[in-house]
Amino acid sequence: MTVALPIAALLLGLALGFGGAHIRRRRARRLPAVARTRQILLPFTVTTLSRRALEAAIRLALAEQAVLMPAFLATVPLTLPLDSALPRQSGVGMPLLEAIEQRAAAEGVRVDARVQSGRTYRHALARLLERERFDRVIVAATESSGTGLSGSDLLWLLAHTDAEVMILRPAPGDTRTVSGRHLGGHF
Amino acid sequence: MNAQETETIAGAPDVTEDRGDCGNGGARRGRHKIFLGMAAGVGKTFRMLEEGHAALSQGCDVVVGLLETHGRQDTAALAEGLEVLPRRPVRYRETTLHEMDLPLILQRAPEVCLIDELAHTNAPGVEHAKRCEDVEEVLAAGIDVISTVNVQHLDSLNDRIAELTGITIRETIPDRVLAEADEVVLIDISPEALLDRLRAGKVYPPERVETALNNFFRIETLAALREIALRQVAEEVEAKRLDVEVVGAREELVSREAPQAVSERLLALVEPYPGSQRLVRRAWRSAQRLGSDLDLLWVKRPGRPLTQAQESALAALRQLASMLGATLLVEESDDLARTIAQVAEARGTTYILMGRSRTARGLAKLRTPLPQQLMSRLPGVDVRIVADRARRHEPTP
Repeated sequence: MTVALPIAALLLGLALGFGGAHIRRRRARRLPAVARTRQILLPFTVTTLSRRALEAAIRLALAEQAVLMPAFLATVPLTLPLDSALPRQSGVGMPLLEAIEQRAAAEGVRVDARVQSGRTYRHALARLLERERFDRVIVAATESSGTGLSGSDLLWLLAHTDAEVMILRPAPGDTRTVSGRHLGGHF
Repeated sequence: MNAQETETIAGAPDVTEDRGDCGNGGARRGRHKIFLGMAAGVGKTFRMLEEGHAALSQGCDVVVGLLETHGRQDTAALAEGLEVLPRRPVRYRETTLHEMDLPLILQRAPEVCLIDELAHTNAPGVEHAKRCEDVEEVLAAGIDVISTVNVQHLDSLNDRIAELTGITIRETIPDRVLAEADEVVLIDISPEALLDRLRAGKVYPPERVETALNNFFRIETLAALREIALRQVAEEVEAKRLDVEVVGAREELVSREAPQAVSERLLALVEPYPGSQRLVRRAWRSAQRLGSDLDLLWVKRPGRPLTQAQESALAALRQLASMLGATLLVEESDDLARTIAQVAEARGTTYILMGRSRTARGLAKLRTPLPQQLMSRLPGVDVRIVADRARRHEPTP
């Protein structure tokens, strides 16, 4: 009796250990590997973010079970160091990122946001592409100049990334943009 | 002057107020009083001259070492009755510039010297490159100095002002000039009143008004500059109050408590995973509203190498911190609560923001939750758990 009790306890412990390990292995098999998760980049600037581009990005992320990576691009004046704080641009960009995250989370899409500064929007985009790999990039072309990424920036993007680039053609009637105005609470 | 200014005073009593006579005959360093403004035209020079008259009426020996009227008749009229020392001509590249005559001031050795535009850069060939260095020499000679400067000339604010206004200020002074002054007086005026003065030609001649209105003198710029100036003086008050109060047996008590009296400092607890960015954004918005600085802290468990995903998330956090002007701190420790408390004390944190903790399992359920640990280790520091608003419609588990 005195020997049986510790042996039973030992066997029970081993069984629980193996059982736990087995469950963990099964769970790991079920979860998609991190390296295989597709990443969809949605770059936007302080000037505007098209609602159509966001909705397309969310639909694709859902379909591909990808991570949506909204990236806020900001420009630093030449008179300032490249790593300067940019409170005014951040004042616009941060609520937009929050709005995107809330919208995507409501659809069940995982979000991993980025911010990147550069001398120009193209420079900021180049710095971001240098650092990270994306499977798809979604940008909305605009008809008006001076609102974020220009036509030449988009051509540059096509030539400088391995990712699939989806450029949404401009729709004159579609003036809807993403805004942080309706965010509740602290935004 | 028409516009009524409010004065916010930081530092020791008035230069001329606390003694029956003025000056000290070079026995000690002179006292430095600075009139600080948000922009040209708020009335700094005017106030400096009024102060000079007040000192003169008390029997002090007062001279004007340097006066810039910018053609303002009211200002020039106020200088009447005060001894104005002549400027000295300095030849520079086929031009003759007229600079403050430092040797003459030292030779004249008044008790109080009024010196306008502290941030001015001198013409090459005189004793010092900057007028603030001339002032140092005057103070060292035991002469009290009353001077003027605009907030955008402070070194540490230069980048911020450049982003705000698009104008890079070339003439700057080290922040220590303000910090070491015996008294800093903010000449405050509302942006609307300043614009009225500008349009009425009381700041610049008529031909310069339009350009000024289109550049520096925009109401949003002036409002932001005013806020910066007010905050700068508040910080001066805080720093000087600490200098004055941290004495003797009360030292520890005062030094621990005093920083909380004036400004807030936020500390957000982060980890290198995507959800942390939301917490950082919330913390930054709170910091903006409180007008406080923001620190981000990740307490890393020792001996655990970062995964690729963590490295990527950490790089993203660094970039976010840089853009928001926050400081990202990484500390390696096994004792989370103790490390956070140490950092919070060292940084003067008044507010800690953290995300929702992961659900505890097994023996971890017996541990005191981190927020409670922090509240007991850091009495007087607010602890806020930031909700995940994206999940606010989820049913409670």
